[in-house]
Amino acid sequence: MALEQNGYITREELASFNQIISEERFKKGPVAIIECIQQIPCNPCESACVRKAIRIGEPITSLPVLNEDRCTGCGVCIARCPGLAIFVIDKTFSDAEATVAFPYEYTPLPQKDETVDAVDRTGRVVCKGKVMKVLNPESFDRTPVVTLAIPTEYADEVRSMKRRRDR
Amino acid sequence: MVNKEIVVVGAGPAGLAAAIEAAKAGGEVLVADLNILPGGQLFKQIHKFFGSSAHRSGTRGIEIGRQLLAEAEKYGVEIWLNSAVIGLYDDRVVSIEKGLNSGEKELINIKAEKIILATGASENVVRFKGWTLPGVMGAGAAQTMINVNRVKPGNKVVMLGSGNVGLIVSYQLMQAGCDVVALVEAAPNIGGYGVHASKIRRAGVPVYTRHTIIEAKGTDRVKEVIIAELDDSWQPIAGTEKVLEADVVTLAAGLKPISDLARLHDLEMVYNGVFGGWVPKHDENMESTQSGIYVAGDTTGVEEANTALEEGRLAGIAAAESLGYIAEKDAKERKDDTWKRLDGLRMGPFGEKRMYAKNEILACFPARS
Ligand SMILES: Cc1cc2nc3c(=O)[nH]c(=O)nc-3n(C[C@H](O)[C@H](O)[C@H](O)COP(=O)(O)OP(=O)(O)OC[C@H]3O[C@@H](n4cnc5c(N)ncnc54)[C@H](O)[C@@H]3O)c2cc1C
Repeated sequence: MALEQNGYITREELASFNQIISEERFKKGPVAIIECIQQIPCNPCESACVRKAIRIGEPITSLPVLNEDRCTGCGVCIARCPGLAIFVIDKTFSDAEATVAFPYEYTPLPQKDETVDAVDRTGRVVCKGKVMKVLNPESFDRTPVVTLAIPTEYADEVRSMKRRRDR
Repeated sequence: MVNKEIVVVGAGPAGLAAAIEAAKAGGEVLVADLNILPGGQLFKQIHKFFGSSAHRSGTRGIEIGRQLLAEAEKYGVEIWLNSAVIGLYDDRVVSIEKGLNSGEKELINIKAEKIILATGASENVVRFKGWTLPGVMGAGAAQTMINVNRVKPGNKVVMLGSGNVGLIVSYQLMQAGCDVVALVEAAPNIGGYGVHASKIRRAGVPVYTRHTIIEAKGTDRVKEVIIAELDDSWQPIAGTEKVLEADVVTLAAGLKPISDLARLHDLEMVYNGVFGGWVPKHDENMESTQSGIYVAGDTTGVEEANTALEEGRLAGIAAAESLGYIAEKDAKERKDDTWKRLDGLRMGPFGEKRMYAKNEILACFPARS
């Protein structure tokens, strides 16, 4: 697996584990993207979702399965995943832009409306992103969630932003 | 000589869980730890833990530590800090160098009815040219510096080893404001969980599998690190050397169980590669070959905080049961439940080899006379 050699998941791997969201579902609005393809004993995402859109079941090493129709893209699961492996993508944000929400546990946090470097799974800068939201309520237990608006063509690639070094 | 019903050595998750179970049942419990803070490794683990809801998954290690301490306090567990256990003698006499408020130490011998050893594990070192230069340290040491003492070990780090410790500590070093300039791994694959690796890849850390550190260079501290690619027989390939500018090298090359006390007291040991070295033999009650002496957590084989907690629970329940605090039927139910949770943790591609290893250890336990 590429993940084990390189440390990041490829689209082919996600496809082989059935973790690609249909374009049809993307047309309906925001949806959770779960990039979790190794059987590790972990299940907080399952109970994080009040709509029961994420299922792990028994044994606890089973991979999470997302029910696209039940998921509303609310994003509560993002901060609950200890592996920081859940994202929310909204490809209906505007004609040319999508949003990507991801966990970001570094300081300094970006500010709303700022422009930042959006990076892919390998840390490569792929485009600029505008910060739409930075959520950090107590219930997220110190895992802030940043939402970036980016050109729609990069929505399947962007998974974080370049870490700031200004301090 | 002081008398105590149960003495637990080590206030990590295993020792605290054992103490809580035994004290909850009514036992009189003393925990001794050589550290100045209780919690073992937990107080360095600022990340959210894996596991099931039953294991407070999604909770940060440091929070699990706080909850355990509060519980121990609630049930009246006595904890001596800055207090190393330096000897075990016949008839379960424990020698403790107790740390006093004055800063002095006092040697106290305690006659215990039951002893639970939960001494954890220590880091392996890797030797290369320049490995004694200041700036070369264990990944665990770097983790203690940033997360407990809040001191940056330097600015540019080369991490050796891609198991979960290497991956997690790399991430935390970046959270602390350092740059990780390379993660170097001799094996062809990353050893730890993919999600941990993905976090540091997204942050731009280059991963060099099939590579090792050849030399750390510098006069009074590390300034440069030379790495090279390895061939199929793990030998450096000439001409593949790369020079990295770095002032810290952190070694995450595995852990080995701390079993000095167990050996000192002639507990029968067995070697287990999966578990990181020599471990005391034990039965399903976590009781060693010396009756009344129990073992739990990383000292019985390097695993994780959750498995340490569950093993500690087993030892605590079994010790309380043998002192008459828990009826056999009740104890059996609780131990069976705990084993079920342990089995759940030792599943999947990462966990099952630990399940086999544990079963081997249980199977080699000699019949009790
Ligand atoms: C560097 C490092 C990083 C880790 N990262 C993670 C992680 O990210 N996630 C995870 O789940 N697990 C992690 N682990 C593993 C996890 O922390 C351990 O599996 C768990 O803490 C084991 O619990 P324990 O109680 O057996 O041992 P420990 O937590 O190590 O506690 C042992 C205690 O015994 C004390 N002690 C030892 N000898 C004596 C003596 N002679 N007298 C008195 N006291 C003594 C020590 O001071 C220590 O407090 C890590 C371990 C290490 C070493």
